[in-house]
Amino acid sequence: MLDEETKLTPRVVFPNKVLPYLLVAPQLAITLVFFYWPAGQALYQSMLRQDPFGLKSKFVWFANFRKVLADPAYLNSIKVTVAFSLATAIVAMAVALLLAVMAEKVVRGKALYRTLMIWPYAVAPAIAGMLWLFLFNPSIGSLSYVLRSLGIAWDPLLNGSHAMILLVSAAAWKQISYNFLFFVAGLQAVPKTLIEAAAIDGARETKRFWTIIFPLLAPTTFFLLVVNTVYALFDTFGIVHAVTGGGPGKTTETLVYKVYNDGFVNLILGDSAAQSVILMVIVIALTAIQFRYVERKVHYG
Amino acid sequence: MKLFGFAAGVAATLTLLSTTSAFAVTQISWWHAMTGANAEVVDKISKDFNASQSDYQIVPVFKGTYPETLNAGIAAFRAGQAPDILQVFDVGTGVMMAAESAIKPVAEVLTGAGMTFEKSQYLPGIVGYYSKPDGTMLSFPYNSSSPILYYNKDIFQKAGLDVNNPPKTWNEVWEAAKKIKASGAAPCGYTSTWLTWIHLENFAAWNNVSWATQQNGLAGGDVELKINAPIFVNHFQALADLAKDGTFKYGGRTSEAKQIFLAGECGIFTESSGGLGDIVKSGMNYGIGQLPYDSDAKGAPQNTTPGGASLWVFSGKSDAEYKGVAAFFAYLSKTEVQEYLHQKSGYLPVTLAAYEATKKSGFYDKNPGRETPILQMTGKAPTENSKGVRLPNLPQVRDIQNEEFEKMLAGQETAQQALDNAVSRGNAAIKDALGN
Repeated sequence: MLDEETKLTPRVVFPNKVLPYLLVAPQLAITLVFFYWPAGQALYQSMLRQDPFGLKSKFVWFANFRKVLADPAYLNSIKVTVAFSLATAIVAMAVALLLAVMAEKVVRGKALYRTLMIWPYAVAPAIAGMLWLFLFNPSIGSLSYVLRSLGIAWDPLLNGSHAMILLVSAAAWKQISYNFLFFVAGLQAVPKTLIEAAAIDGARETKRFWTIIFPLLAPTTFFLLVVNTVYALFDTFGIVHAVTGGGPGKTTETLVYKVYNDGFVNLILGDSAAQSVILMVIVIALTAIQFRYVERKVHYG
Repeated sequence: MKLFGFAAGVAATLTLLSTTSAFAVTQISWWHAMTGANAEVVDKISKDFNASQSDYQIVPVFKGTYPETLNAGIAAFRAGQAPDILQVFDVGTGVMMAAESAIKPVAEVLTGAGMTFEKSQYLPGIVGYYSKPDGTMLSFPYNSSSPILYYNKDIFQKAGLDVNNPPKTWNEVWEAAKKIKASGAAPCGYTSTWLTWIHLENFAAWNNVSWATQQNGLAGGDVELKINAPIFVNHFQALADLAKDGTFKYGGRTSEAKQIFLAGECGIFTESSGGLGDIVKSGMNYGIGQLPYDSDAKGAPQNTTPGGASLWVFSGKSDAEYKGVAAFFAYLSKTEVQEYLHQKSGYLPVTLAAYEATKKSGFYDKNPGRETPILQMTGKAPTENSKGVRLPNLPQVRDIQNEEFEKMLAGQETAQQALDNAVSRGNAAIKDALGN
């Protein structure tokens, strides 16, 4: 199945048969050692029942997977992860888009605004988590003081929704800068003439945004949606660990956090490995979707 | 893809750690989890031991938090690179015990080196916890603590409570907490760290009631939790009721509640005796009382169980290494070393001689309250209910308990429901862990 591009590209042929393999060898070696080997280990471990020290182990085929998938805590974790990822992606993108549009309108000191907006991206997830944790700490947090004086009984330690809001805020805040950068670039690519023409025709700002700018930003938005979802799914361990530790109850235990908790705190290696294999399947599926559909359907530029 | 990097990371760490030097002396590696002032104690003790003789050299290595240290030790063992000595926190005791062929009982290490282990010289409550039911000591108690009651004297004064008379029973705590809240002396009456350790495990021991079958798991085998007995339900219902209007304030699963107490938000506080340092540092006008007991319990107070950590010795080492470990443990048991450890770190002394020496030195007169945890632990000979608790998967069972407590305190469950769920979920998890 060759598509048009490959047919048109001339094949490059190396005169030496060994050289090309040598050239890709380092990359292959790294992939083998850092991906295939651990992934194979995870797959093998996921079919074992083992005590933490590895003194006794039993090969159980897919029993760990059956157990994990029948565990109400795991199903809850899937729900938590979906809610958390979508909320984080949407909040991070909406706020970034708003800021980008606003920053575009600034005439003086545009560069300064942009730089300041991009800064938070340099903050490590765990640090971002700690910052928000302090701001919203029920006893010493300044923002929780404001919330309480507004009559809101703020308590992320016991109220699951509050904990989730806190987590989404911290995770989204961290991602806003990244999205901001892409939206600013996207906005600059929108032809000024179109906007001016619309303005002359009497279209107001909101109208201009929704009918011209927003559709033209679609490729950027779609790309960011994928990136943000993947970020929320797999890159937020540090934030969850620092802010809620999965609590209260299990209301903020994401899939990745559960792998850590079951494997590294509770030392149930088989279950944990089975969960990480499931995550691996999810990642592979997401990547496949991205390459198959997203890359083809969205036209850039 | 961070997940798949874990195994590789562990492997890399191990290669770094496996460097052994070509000294004539036998090196003894000691992986620990001590930070701050407690880490200084580790370094000083190691240095002094190394200077005291020329055959062995103790090499302490900091491996992170308690769970991280335990995980590092387990990963190293699996890779055949275990350290000689591993510091394991109380909760990990069951995990270590279940790995019988991975460890060498401390009693054997000592007798193998021609030493005898005089059990009577050690504080019974502590040694009992780290021993097999037949009395064989498995690990060496290094740092032990016990939960006690702290109170803010300024808040007590404002609320019209007796500043020199802290509440002794839980009912008295509830009454005092209500008074603090009602009088406006503080926004909250009572808070506590570690609900699982203080309000379940120590609550059971202190009131001499069973926490689980099989001597709270010490005798091994099929263990079933007993924490939904009426005395626990009443206790937790009282807590849940007080939580409704904020008279009791929940801080978190571990020691987060300390902030609440230090911020002056709550008047009464239960926490490990090891947490004293921060309270002293805050400059608060504080008082110390013994852990409250349930006035309905017969014979209460009994004795509390130790928290903290102990030192485990891995199997498969050379005789020279075991002799070195034995020499180090003998050194650790010396009165002056124990005295130093106790007074500097705030943990309990392990030997009776060190306790007597500290008493004689007038340390307790100058530092009132520092003796309370020792008196609590040694006041009475431990019973089947008060030697401690042990499960192969205590961290997981505590997690389950915490989850149910959080639901209860959020008003989603009654104490009866929360404890019933904690028992059924906990029992299932224990069964699963034993079925490995």
